[in-house]
Amino acid sequence: MNKTITYSVLATILVLLLVNFFHHEKPLNLSQYELKQKFASKHSSSVDHSQFKILQSDFKTPQDVTEACLGCHNQRHEEIIHSSHWNWDRVAYVEGKGITKLGKKNVLNNFCIGASTNEQSCAKCHIGFGMSHSSFSFENARNVDCMVCHDRSEEYIKGAALSGYPDRNVNLNKVAQHVGRPNKINCGACHFYSGGGNNVKHGDLEEALLSCDRNTDVHMASNGINMDCVDCHSANKHQIKGKLYSVSSTNVNRLRCEECHTAKPHMDEVLNRHFSKVSCQTCHIPTYAKENATKMAWKWSEAGKMDENGEQYHTEDSLGNHTYLSMKGEFKWGKNVEPEYRWFNGNAQHYALGDTVSTEPVQVNKLLGSADDIHSKIYPVKIHRGDQIYDPNTKMLIQPKLYSAEKGDSAYWMDFDWNLSAEAGMKGVGLPYSGEYKFIETEMYWPVNHMVSPKEKALSCNECHVRDNGRLSALNDFYLPGRDKNDWIDLFGNILLWGSLAGVFIHALARLINSIRKKELESK
Amino acid sequence: MKQVYIYKKFERFWHWSQAALIFFLALTGFEVHGSFELLGFEKAVAFHRIASYLLLALIAFSIFWHFTTGEWKQYIPTISKLKDQIQYYTVGMFKNAPHPTIKSAHKKLNPLQAMVYLGFKLVMAPVIVLTGILYLYFKTFDANDVIVVSDIPLEWIAWAHTFGAWLLMAFVIVHVYMTTTGHSITANIKAMLTGWELLEDEESNDDTSRETKEEQETK
Repeated sequence: MNKTITYSVLATILVLLLVNFFHHEKPLNLSQYELKQKFASKHSSSVDHSQFKILQSDFKTPQDVTEACLGCHNQRHEEIIHSSHWNWDRVAYVEGKGITKLGKKNVLNNFCIGASTNEQSCAKCHIGFGMSHSSFSFENARNVDCMVCHDRSEEYIKGAALSGYPDRNVNLNKVAQHVGRPNKINCGACHFYSGGGNNVKHGDLEEALLSCDRNTDVHMASNGINMDCVDCHSANKHQIKGKLYSVSSTNVNRLRCEECHTAKPHMDEVLNRHFSKVSCQTCHIPTYAKENATKMAWKWSEAGKMDENGEQYHTEDSLGNHTYLSMKGEFKWGKNVEPEYRWFNGNAQHYALGDTVSTEPVQVNKLLGSADDIHSKIYPVKIHRGDQIYDPNTKMLIQPKLYSAEKGDSAYWMDFDWNLSAEAGMKGVGLPYSGEYKFIETEMYWPVNHMVSPKEKALSCNECHVRDNGRLSALNDFYLPGRDKNDWIDLFGNILLWGSLAGVFIHALARLINSIRKKELESK
Repeated sequence: MKQVYIYKKFERFWHWSQAALIFFLALTGFEVHGSFELLGFEKAVAFHRIASYLLLALIAFSIFWHFTTGEWKQYIPTISKLKDQIQYYTVGMFKNAPHPTIKSAHKKLNPLQAMVYLGFKLVMAPVIVLTGILYLYFKTFDANDVIVVSDIPLEWIAWAHTFGAWLLMAFVIVHVYMTTTGHSITANIKAMLTGWELLEDEESNDDTSRETKEEQETK
C-alpha cells in the first residue's frame, strides 16, 4: 500500500517535470502590447494652417515663407540655427584633438568625398537657402528652410544645384498652407537619397520604407504599426534625437531601442542577458538593403575613362545599378547584405580635412570599442570600401572640386582633370596641395539601425554560436560559447576519453581470452 | 554466500537519476561546446540549464542523505588494501584469484573505489558544479546592477567547466566497465537496480549485514 502511494507520487512528479520540460506556451509580452497600442493612434494636427491669413498671401521668394512662419513661431529659428542640420557641424570632444567642431563641413566620406567647394550642388540637402562655399550667413534666420521638413503637400522639392533653393516650379503658397509634422518623405528626401541615389549610402534607409511590409521593417511597415521617422527621432525644440556616426563622434543624444523596448525585452532570461554585450540590432537586423541595392564599394581611381568617341559612358549590373560612370568611377552594389559586426561604444573618430593619413586603408570614420570595454556592444555595420584621391607628399586626403555649372572651372565632373580639381578643392578649404596625387584605399563604417525584421526572422543562436563561419567569426577578442575552445584542454580530454575507452577495451579483451583459456583447460 | 540488501531506496534513486542527468548534461553540454549538432544550440542550452538545476537539487538531497545516514563514512579512504586491489584488477583476476576485499552493507566500496569516488566528490563534482554555477549566473545583471561574476573571464569558467566534463566522461567509461567485474558480469548492476546482492559471508556482529532476504520481506 505504502509502495503504491510512493510510486504514484513519484510518477506524478515525473509527469509534471516532463510536462514542464517539453511544454512551452509563449507568454504574452505585455510591454510589446502597450507599445503597439501607443503607436496605433496616429498624430493629428490641431491647427489647419491653410486658414491662417498670413499664409494666404502670395509668396514671391521662399524666404518670404520663412518670415511668415516666424511671424507666429517667433523663436523657432533660434533652435534651428543651433542645430547640426543647419550648421553642418557640432561641437564634440575628440580624443587627441580636444574640443572641436565636426560635421559635413570638415569630415570626408568615401562616396562623393566631401561637400566643401561643391556646396552649390550638395546644399540641396541643407535646410537653408543659398548656402555656397564663399558666402552664407549662418545667423540669418530668413534663410532657414522650414518647408523642406514640414511640407505635407508633397509638392516641395529642392532644386538641383540651386544651393538649397527650391525648384522653380514649386507652388510656395500651396506648400505654406500645408505644413505640419514631418512624415517619412520629408526626412527621406535627403536621408534616403544621400550619395546621389536611392539607398546609396545607408543601406538601411531608402524609399522602399515609404511603403513596405513587416519583413522589410517592422516599425515602418504600412501593413504594420506604420511609424514615422519622428515617432522615434523625436525633435523637442528641434533637437532631433539620434545620430549617425558618419558625421557624429560622441556617445550623447543617442536613440536606443531600449527607450521603448526596455533593457529586458525578451521573455527569456538568457536572451536578455545578451543585452550587456550585444546590441538589439545585431540579431534583429539579419540583412539590410532588403528591397533595393546599396553601394558597397566605390573606386574613384577608375574614374575618367571615355568611350571610343571620347564621350562619357556608363555600365549597369543586372538590377540596373551603375557599375561604372566616367564621372565617378567603378561601383559594387549589394542587396540583402549580411552586415559585418564590430564592437562599438558610441564614440567614433573621423578623418577631418587636414589630418595626416596614418593607416591604409584609411578609415574615414572609425567606430571605437572592444570586447573588454564595458561600454561596448556588438553592432551590425555596413562597411563601405573604396579608394579616393590623396596627396602622397602631404599625406592628406584631398578634397577635390567636383561640381561646377560650367567647364573651365577646375571641376572634375566638367574637365576630368584630377590635378586641377585637387588644386582648386584644397585651395578652397585652405590646405596645401603638393601637385602630386595618388589614390588610397578607404573604409567607411555605417552602423545599421533600421530595417528591423519580425522577431521570427531574427538571428537564431547558432548563427553566431557555431564552430566555423559564424556571423561573428571576425570578432576574435572574446570567448564565444559554441565557437571557441581551448585546444589544449580538448586535446587532453580526447586523449583521456579515448585512452579510457582503449584501456577498458584491452582489459575486457584480456578477461575474455583468459576465460576462454580457462574453459578449455576445464574441458580437457 | 547470501542475498544482502546493500543499496537503499534513496541511494538507488540518487544513483540512477544522477547517472541519467550526467548523460543528458554531457550530451547537451558537448553540443553547447560545439562538438556536434543534435538538438540545436538554443535547445541544448535551455535543456542543459534545466538539467543542471535538477542536478543541483539532487546533489543537495544526496549530501543531506549522506550525512544523516552516516553513509559518508563509506568514502573514507584506506591505504591498507589499496595495493592489493590494484593488483587484483591488473593481475589477480586473470589468475582466478579471489577479491582481496569483502563487500558488505557497511563496507560497500573497496579501497580503490573509495579513493576514486572521494576524488569524484571532492574534485570532479566541485569543479564542474562550481564552474557550472558561475556559468549559469555569468553577467546575470547588466552594467547598472550588481555584477556577480563578471570579474572572472567567461573563458576561464568555460575552460574549467570543459576540463571537468572530460574528467567526468573518463570516469563514467571506467565506472561502467568496472561494474562488470563483480561475481558475474551483471551482478553489480543488478544490485544497484534492486538493492540486493549476493555477497560472501562476513564475520560481523552488524545486524543489517546478517539480514537475509526472507527476514527483510517478513518485516
